[in-house]
Amino acid sequence: MTEGMLMNLVRLLLYLVGMIGFAAFNAAYLTLLERKQASWMQLRRGPTEVGPWGLLQPVADGVKLMSKQLLLPRDVDVPLFLLGPIMVVVPPILCLVTIPFSETVVARNYNLGLLMIFAFGAVSTFALMLAGLASANKFSSIAAARIVAQNIAYEIPLLVIVLSLVMTTHTFNLHTIVAQQAGGFWHWNLLKLGANPLMPVAFLIYFICLLAESNRAPFDMVEAESELVAGVFTEYSGMGFGLFFIAEYVNIVVGCCLATILFLGGWHCPFGLLPGLHWFLIKMYALCVMVVWVRWSFPRTQFYGLLNLSWKYLIPLALANLLLTAVMLKLF
Amino acid sequence: MTIDLSPEKVYPLVSALLFAGVAGVTLLGALVAAASRRLVYSVSGLALSFVGLAGLYLYLQSPFLALMQILIYIGAVCIVIMFAIMLADVVEEKSARSRALPAAIAAFLVAAMLAFALIALIGRTAWMPKAVRVNAGAVQDIGRALLTRFGFAFELISVVLLLAILGALVVARTGRGNNRE
Repeated sequence: MTEGMLMNLVRLLLYLVGMIGFAAFNAAYLTLLERKQASWMQLRRGPTEVGPWGLLQPVADGVKLMSKQLLLPRDVDVPLFLLGPIMVVVPPILCLVTIPFSETVVARNYNLGLLMIFAFGAVSTFALMLAGLASANKFSSIAAARIVAQNIAYEIPLLVIVLSLVMTTHTFNLHTIVAQQAGGFWHWNLLKLGANPLMPVAFLIYFICLLAESNRAPFDMVEAESELVAGVFTEYSGMGFGLFFIAEYVNIVVGCCLATILFLGGWHCPFGLLPGLHWFLIKMYALCVMVVWVRWSFPRTQFYGLLNLSWKYLIPLALANLLLTAVMLKLF
Repeated sequence: MTIDLSPEKVYPLVSALLFAGVAGVTLLGALVAAASRRLVYSVSGLALSFVGLAGLYLYLQSPFLALMQILIYIGAVCIVIMFAIMLADVVEEKSARSRALPAAIAAFLVAAMLAFALIALIGRTAWMPKAVRVNAGAVQDIGRALLTRFGFAFELISVVLLLAILGALVVARTGRGNNRE
């Protein structure tokens, strides 16, 4: 085996471990962020007992989840029931592989990275539904039915928006998309009004779809604690339950990374100074805070309201955006 | 004993193993889809088969097609089939009793004929030589081909899909006519 191959292999392994670590870290500390932020917004104090300011709370939660027994209820479909959480959590972690965190920090600079993320996202949805069906529980089945309607409804505007963006960038390569946005914030795709005057609207649609696709409140029809117990997760215990939450938070991270890359200039500084990893993380976590903020500000929508929003407003808007982009491309 | 790990020796082996892997996954998925008694398993098997198929596309240097296969066939087709199963509320297992012998024989004959025809077709086709250049512009090429050379087929398919949507709408709005007062 040649030196280069070995180096490549080591690099790949390191990235793999790094990605899993990054995913786990984010899942753990975004739960803390979620709880802390919720408590700030509700004038409570949130977790304070474990560690200073409750900073070790996620560790305690993790230990608790791992030490719990994995229950297999009597009627569940055992193979699918066990496969469900694993298949839900793997695709979003794989998605991280192609995300360029900075000029140099990217595990696999893949030409079709953007497409890959959406393809794997689809697998995750399928797995979530499988888990719901295998649970042999009414609440889980209702949640599984909702997932389909919701994810199909929101995948359309999401893909159409991304399509119009790809038309202006001419590439699926995330690294190149960021590289095109070098310079100040006026070069970001968000403000590339010359390519498409509706770009900020596109970003808004993307953000709404991100909330819906990662099943976050106000669109958390999959879990919906107050009506469906815990939806798809009802029958799961211990780490089986934990994996769903890891998947949810990693999905948010992937979605926010993608928003940063597609609209907010990735690792570039808003003022053209010192581009790098830190800017990517600042933007990405700012978006994560936004996601949590939205969750604790808005009540859950009704299911029909959710579908109406997508089919009657977002899809026509997204299509108009696509058309406008095409016209602008042809004219200028 | 030293193991020869030069690329010339290793690559064909790895390649063959990869092909066996993805082809095996495709066949395994298809078998599960055809043989299982529970519809949920059948759809899962189908999904597995699609993953294997995507692997085959990837093996043939078409990553774009592979990703599209996953995005469309697993992300849309399998999910919608699953949805239909859920809505139809099939009485599972019990309904899937073993078929009567004549039906089984007929099914076997049809399947055998189809298999024979396909194998004969594979045998007679003049295969194109292996692609020399890895096609980097696959997306552009597919887009161009769809809108120029296969434009007519492309448009026809959209008409078919439109008709299917309209038909579904009509059925959903008015029902099929029975069990209505």
